[in-house]
Amino acid sequence: MSQVITTGKAFEFTPENKEKAAVFIAKYPEGRQQSAVMPLLDLAQRQNENWLSKECIEYVGQYLGVPYMRVLEVASFYTMYNLKPVGKYFLQLCRTTPCWLRGCDDLVKVCEDKLGIHNGETSEDGKFTLLEVECLGACVNAPVVQVNDDFYEDLNAENFSALLDKLAKDEVPPHGPQVDRINSAPVGGPTTLLEKTGDA
Amino acid sequence: MPTLNVDGVEVTVENGATVLQACEEAGAEIPRFCYHERLSIAGNCRMCLVEMEKAPKLVASCAMPAADGMVIHTNTEKVKNGREGAMEFLLINHPLDCPICDQGGECDLQDQSMYYGSGNSRYDETKRAVKEKNMGPLIKTTMTRCIHCTRCVRFATEVAGVDELGALNRGENTEIVTYLEEALNSELSGNIIDLCPVGALTSKPYAFTARPWELRKTESVDALDAVGANIRIDSKGQEVMRILPRLNEEINEEWLSDRSRFSYDGLKRQRLDSPYVRKDGKLQAASWSEALQVVADKLNATEAGKIGAITGDIVDAESMKALKDLMDAFEVTSVDCRQDGAKLDASVRSSYLFNSTIAGIEDADALLIVGSNPRYEASLINARIRKRWKKGPFPIGLIGEDVDLTYAREYIGAGAKSLEDVANGKHSFAEVLKKAERPMIIIGQGALTREDGAAILALAKKIADDTGMIGADWNGFNVLHTAASRVAGLDLGLVPGEGGKDVAGMLAAAEAGEMEVVYLLGADEIDTSKLEKAFVIYQGSHGDAGAHVADVILPGVAYTEKDGLWVNTEGRPQLSTRAVFGPGEAREDWTIIRALSEVAGKTLPYNTMEELRAKMVEVAPHFADVDMVTAAAWGDFGAAGNVSDVPFTNPISDNYLTNAISRASGIMAECSQAFAADSEEGTGTHG
Repeated sequence: MSQVITTGKAFEFTPENKEKAAVFIAKYPEGRQQSAVMPLLDLAQRQNENWLSKECIEYVGQYLGVPYMRVLEVASFYTMYNLKPVGKYFLQLCRTTPCWLRGCDDLVKVCEDKLGIHNGETSEDGKFTLLEVECLGACVNAPVVQVNDDFYEDLNAENFSALLDKLAKDEVPPHGPQVDRINSAPVGGPTTLLEKTGDA
Repeated sequence: MPTLNVDGVEVTVENGATVLQACEEAGAEIPRFCYHERLSIAGNCRMCLVEMEKAPKLVASCAMPAADGMVIHTNTEKVKNGREGAMEFLLINHPLDCPICDQGGECDLQDQSMYYGSGNSRYDETKRAVKEKNMGPLIKTTMTRCIHCTRCVRFATEVAGVDELGALNRGENTEIVTYLEEALNSELSGNIIDLCPVGALTSKPYAFTARPWELRKTESVDALDAVGANIRIDSKGQEVMRILPRLNEEINEEWLSDRSRFSYDGLKRQRLDSPYVRKDGKLQAASWSEALQVVADKLNATEAGKIGAITGDIVDAESMKALKDLMDAFEVTSVDCRQDGAKLDASVRSSYLFNSTIAGIEDADALLIVGSNPRYEASLINARIRKRWKKGPFPIGLIGEDVDLTYAREYIGAGAKSLEDVANGKHSFAEVLKKAERPMIIIGQGALTREDGAAILALAKKIADDTGMIGADWNGFNVLHTAASRVAGLDLGLVPGEGGKDVAGMLAAAEAGEMEVVYLLGADEIDTSKLEKAFVIYQGSHGDAGAHVADVILPGVAYTEKDGLWVNTEGRPQLSTRAVFGPGEAREDWTIIRALSEVAGKTLPYNTMEELRAKMVEVAPHFADVDMVTAAAWGDFGAAGNVSDVPFTNPISDNYLTNAISRASGIMAECSQAFAADSEEGTGTHG
C-alpha cells in the first residue's frame, strides 16, 4: 500500500485560503510556524475535495518549511485527514456502544443494500464513502452519522434511507435530529419545565 | 545538583540529568529500548520503569528528571512485575523468529527478555505482520520485528540531519518508513543498524553470513577517510565479515560513516596477491626475489634525478617512512605524498592540521567552511558540526560549492574572490568571525589542490590571524584532509626535497620521458595515463589505476591486514591492528621496502617495527604519543599572491567511490548507483 497518492496535479492554496493560512500561522510565535501544520492540512483537504494527495502534503510542507515526512506523519496519525479520495458525501457512521444499541447496524445495512458499499468503500458513482468511526459524542441522539461536517441524528433505516436519496439528488436536508425533536430535547416536545415562571 | 537515593545509595547528579542516569550512576542497571544517551528522549518503550516513593505508579526513569530527595527503588517486586508487563506488551507483536534473525546473539530484546521477561506469554491472538520496507542497498528491513522505539527516526532527524524516516499511522498500525519508501539517503545511514535494539533493521550486505559469536573482534582504526574513526573489525577465518564503530568521544563518538562501514567487501576483490613483472609487454606472475631484483636493478641503474616516488591515500606511516628512507638512500628528491596536488606546506605542522580537534568543534562559536563538503569528505566531522549547530547560535559561512550540509549556513560565494572579501573584511561574515570568541575555519582540499592553493592558504591564514582564531588555548585554523595517510606523510617529510619535483612535476616529466622510474606506493588517484613511458613500480593492495600501468607489481596488504600507525586530520597518531592476513603472497608494506633495500644493496637500518617506529619518533616526536593530539605551534606559511576566480570544486564527487578499496566494493557500487541522482556522475576523487 502506498503511503500517499500522487495525482500529478499541482496544488496551491486559493487566495482566500492563503489569507486563512496567514491567520493560523500568526497564532504561533515567530519561528514556530510549523505548529500550524494541522489547520493548514485541514484547509488543504477542504480545498482538495476532502482528501490529501501527495501534492497537498508537499505543498503544506513547503508552505511551513516542515520536512515532508513530518507532515505525512501528522496526516497519517489523525483519522480526520483522508489520504485517499472520498465521495462527495463522506459518511462517518458511529458504531460505539450507544449508537450500536440504538441500531447503527441497520444503518450499515442500508448503506450496503442501497449504495453497495462496505466500511471504507466508495460508491461507484463517487458520491458516497462510508467509514465506521468511534464515538462522535452525540450519544443522546444515537444513532448518528456525520455527513461531511454535519451530524444527522436519531436515524433509523427509513429516515437514513430517505436522507441518502436526497443526498443522491444533491439536496442537502437540514442537519440535526431526523425525528420530531428539538436538539436533544425529548421526542415530541419538552416534558418538564412546561409552566412559564414569569419574569424571573 | 540534585541528590537522590537509589536502592539505598546516595548519588548526586548533574542538573538536568534523568532518573535513569542517576540509577546508572548508583550502579543499578536499568533495561531500556528507546532511550539512547545521544538521542532525544522518547519514553515510549516503558522498559525503564522504576519505583519512586510518593509516586502512585511506576515511573519511566528515562523521561523523569532527577530531583532532590527522590527515593528510587529498582529491584522491588513491583518493578519486576512492571518490567515483565512492559516486556509482555513489547513481545505481543514480535515474531520471536530469533533462529532466523541476524540480530540473534546481539539483540537487546533477546537479552532483556531473558533477564527481565516473565518467560511465558498469555497472548493467544494472531500477531500483526508488516511488509518489508525499502530503505536502500545498505539496510535490510524486517518491520514485523519492530517495537517502535523510534531510535532510527530520531537518529536520522537529529544526528544525520535527513528528515526522511518517520513513523506513519498510529497505535498497532504504526510503521517505520522512509518518505515514499525511497532509499534512506544519508552518509551515516548504517548507524541505524547499530541503534536498532531488535532485528528490524539489519545490515543487508552482512545478511545471513555470520553469527556474532563466531566472529573474531579486532579493535582497529579506519583508513578510508582522514577522520581516523575507531572501528571494530569482525572477521571469520581469513575474511572480514563486517566493520562496526568503536566508541571514541574524541573522534567518532559511536558513529561510523557508510563508506567506512560498508567498503569491506572491496577487501576481497581486485586484490594483488602475487608479485608481477612485465615481460614481453604483459604482466606475468613472478617470485618475490625476481620482482625485487628487477626493481633493485632498475633503481640502481637510473640516475637519482630521473626517479620519483608518490604515495597514495591509504598508506600507513611506517611504509611511508621506509619509502622515504629508501629514496633518501638513492638520493632521490622527487618524493611526494600529496597525490592530489594540494599546496600544503610540510614545514609548519599547524598549517596542515585540524588544529581545533574534532571534539573542539563543540567549543567553537562561528565557522567558515572553504572549498569543502565535509558531509562526504569527513561525514563524522560534519555530524559534529551539526551537533554543535543544534546546540544554539553557531553562524556558519560556506565558500565553495553550494551543497546541502544538513545545517543552516550562509552561502558566501563560490570561489577564492569571496574568500578574499572575507579576508579583507568586505564581506559581513568577517565581522561575525571577529565578534566570535572561538571562531574556526575549515579549509578543504577543494581549495588547496589548485594552482593558487598556496595563495588561498595565505588568505585563510590572514583570516585566522585577523579574526582572533589563534589564541593561547584555541587554534581555530583547520585543514580538512580526505586521505588517511596525508598528515603522516607530511609529518615524515614526504615532500619534494632540493631540486625534487612534486606530483604534477613528476607526471609531466614522465609524460615527456624525462622521469624514467616512478615508484607508486598505493597511489591510484593520479592521471596514470601520463606514466606510460616511465618504468612504474606499483606497491599496493588493489589492482586499480596504478597497477594497470605498472611494470612491476609488489603486492602489499590493506589496512585491515596490518599493524600500522595512522595520523588523522587532527594530527592524532593511532594504531591499527591486523584482523586478517593478506591474500596470497602479499606482505606488509614496510617489510617489502625493507627487503627491497637489502636486494638493492642499501639496507635500511631497522629490522623490526619497533626499530622503524623509533626512527619515526626521531623525525616526528608526536608519533610516540599514540591516541594523543600534540598541539602544533603556529607559524608562517602560505604564499601571498593572486587568486583566480575559478570556483572551488569539492574533492569528492561520488561519496561511495573515493579510493581503491571502495571502488572494488560491490556494496559501494550499488550505493553509488542508488544515490546517483544526488552525486553527479563521478569516477572518484579529482586530481
